[in-house]
Amino acid sequence: MTIVSLGTSPKNSSARGAARARMLRGLLPALSLVLVLIAIAWLNPRAISYFGFSLMLNLAIPIALATIAQMFVIAGNELDLSIGTFVGFVGCVTATWLKDAPLIGVLILLGSIGVYALLGALIHLRNLPSIVVTLGMSFVWQGLAILVLPKPGGKAPDWLLSLMAFKPPFIPFPIIAALLIAAVVHFGLMRTSYGVILRGSGGNAAALERAGWSLLRTRIVLFALAGLFGVLSGMALIGITTSADANIGNGYTLLAIAGVILGGGEFVGGRVSPIGAVLGALTLALAASPLLTFMHIPPDWQVAANGAILIIVLAARVLISRRER
Amino acid sequence: MASLRIWLAKPWIWSFIGAALVWLATIAFTGGYGGGGMITAALSLAVFTVIVGVGQMFVITLGPGNVDLSLPANIGLASAVAMKVMDGNDAMIAVGLLAALACGMAIGAANYLLIWALRIPPIIATLSASFIIQSIDISYGRGLQIKPPPGFADFTNWQILGIPVLAILTVLFTIGAAIALQRMIYGRSVLAIGQNIRAAWLAGVNVGRIRFLTYTLSGALGGLDGALLAGYFRGANVDIGNEYLLASIAVVVIGGTSVAGGKANVPGVWGAALFLVLLLTMLNTFGVSAGVRLVLTGLIIVGVITAAGGEKALR
Repeated sequence: MTIVSLGTSPKNSSARGAARARMLRGLLPALSLVLVLIAIAWLNPRAISYFGFSLMLNLAIPIALATIAQMFVIAGNELDLSIGTFVGFVGCVTATWLKDAPLIGVLILLGSIGVYALLGALIHLRNLPSIVVTLGMSFVWQGLAILVLPKPGGKAPDWLLSLMAFKPPFIPFPIIAALLIAAVVHFGLMRTSYGVILRGSGGNAAALERAGWSLLRTRIVLFALAGLFGVLSGMALIGITTSADANIGNGYTLLAIAGVILGGGEFVGGRVSPIGAVLGALTLALAASPLLTFMHIPPDWQVAANGAILIIVLAARVLISRRER
Repeated sequence: MASLRIWLAKPWIWSFIGAALVWLATIAFTGGYGGGGMITAALSLAVFTVIVGVGQMFVITLGPGNVDLSLPANIGLASAVAMKVMDGNDAMIAVGLLAALACGMAIGAANYLLIWALRIPPIIATLSASFIIQSIDISYGRGLQIKPPPGFADFTNWQILGIPVLAILTVLFTIGAAIALQRMIYGRSVLAIGQNIRAAWLAGVNVGRIRFLTYTLSGALGGLDGALLAGYFRGANVDIGNEYLLASIAVVVIGGTSVAGGKANVPGVWGAALFLVLLLTMLNTFGVSAGVRLVLTGLIIVGVITAAGGEKALR
C-alpha cells in the first residue's frame, strides 16, 4: 500500500499541478472580471450598488448576446466579421418595421436568420473562407440598414422598451439577463448531445463525418444560432437606446471576437465556453468605459486600453498554459 | 487555341476579365462617354489597394490564420505621421515618406512580437494591436489639419498621357514583388512556409525570421500607403484607411491567391483592385443610392468568392 502510493506520488503531483493550471485557466475569465470589479470598487465605491450596476452594465446585454452569436460561429472553426453590421441592421428593422408593422418586422428578422443559415450552407458546400464571405456580407447588412433607416431615428416598440427597463428587486436586470443567457447557452451547447456534435464539428470534423453526422447540418445550425443571437442582440440594443442608426452596431464585430477570446475560447478546435463568453462580454462592457472613466483615462485612449486588456489576458493565459503542459 | 487555353487557366486572368466587363458595362451606359477618364481614375485609386494588397498577400500566403487586421489603423497613423513630418514643406517630402515607412515597419514588427511572444493567432494579435494604434492615432492626429506639401500632392496626382505616374511606379513595384515571390529565397521561403510550415522548418527555412520579415513588410507597405493617401486626398485622417481592411483581403482572394496559403499571385492583385474600383465607379455612374451600392458591392464580393470556389478555409 505504502509502496504503491510512493511510486505514484510524483506522477500524481504533476497531474495535480496540471489540473490546477487547467482550473486556473478555466477561472481566468471570472478572475479578470473580478479584477475589473475590484478596480472599480476601489476607484469609486459608490458605483458598487444596485443603481451603479444597472447603469454600468446597461449595454452589457447586447454585447453578451453578440458575443454568444460569434461564439457559435467560432465553435465551428469559422469567424463572423459581419455580426456588428448585422446587429445594426436588426436594430434598424426593430426601430421601424417591428414597431409599425410587427408581422412584417418578425418576418424580416426570421428571414435574416434564414440568410445566416444559408451562408453556413454556402460556406460548407463551396468550401469558402468564412472571413471573406462574412466581410462581404458586412457590406450587405450595412447597405440594407441604410436602406431601412437612411437617417438616425425610429423608435423601439413599447413592449421592448418596458422589457429592457425592467427593474427586478435586489439584483439589477443586466446581471439576471447575463446569468440567464449563460445558463441557457451553457445547457444547450455543453450539456446536450447535439451540443457536443456542434462543438465536435470544430474539434474534429473528419471524425464526425465518418461517424455519420452531417457537417452541412452542423454548420447550418451553428450559423442559424449566430443569426438568432444577433437578432436578439440588435433588439436588446434598441430596447436600451430607444432609437436606431445604421452604424449603431459596427463596433460589435471586434467586441464580440474579443469577448469570446477573453472568455477562454479558442479560434480552432471547437473549444469555446458560453459562461466564459458572457463573463468576457461583461468584462469588456465594464472595462470599455466605466473603469476607464473612473481611472480618468481620456476617451482617446479607451480603445487602446481595450487592446491592452486583451493582450494582458492573453499573456496571462500563455503563462498558465505553459504550466499546463 | 492552345495558348488561349493556357491563358484562361491562369487564376488571375478572371479578375482582369471582370474588370473589363465592368468597364464595358459602364461605357455602354454612358454611350462611350468618359471611358478613358474612367480608366485613369481607376488606375489612380487602384494603386492604394494594390500596395496594401501585396503586403496582405505575402501575409496570407504564410498559411492558415495569417492575416493582418491592423492595416487600416496603420494607414491612419502613418498618414498623420507623414503629414506632421512633412509639415507642408517640399524639402521634407523624402523624410516624411521615410518616417511613414518606419512607422509602418515598427507596427509590423510589433505585430509579430505579439504573435511570437504571446503565441496568439495573428488575427487576434493584429486586432489588439490595431486598437492600440488607433488610439495613438486619435491622440496624435487630433485636430491635425496639415495639408501635404504642394510638391507631394502634385506628385500623387501627376499623369503622363492620362496614366498616373504613381500607377506606373506601382506596376514596377509589383513586378519587383513578383520576382521576390517567385525567384528569390525570401519569396520561396514564404511559399514553403504556407505549404507546410513544419516541412519548411525541417528543410532549414528560418521560419521565425521569414514570418517577422513578412509582417514587417506588410506594415511598411501600410505605412507607405498612408503617406500616399494623405498626399492624394490632401490631408491625413483617422478613418482614411478604414476601407482597406476589406479591400486588401478581397483583392488577394479575388486575385487568385489561395487563402489556405502557399500559393500567391501578384498580377491578380492588380486585376482585382481594378475590378473593385471600376465596380464602384459603375454603381456611381448608374446613380444608385449609398445603401444599394453597399449591398451590391457585398453581394458581388460574395458572388465572386463563390464562383472562384475555395480549397481550404482560411483558418
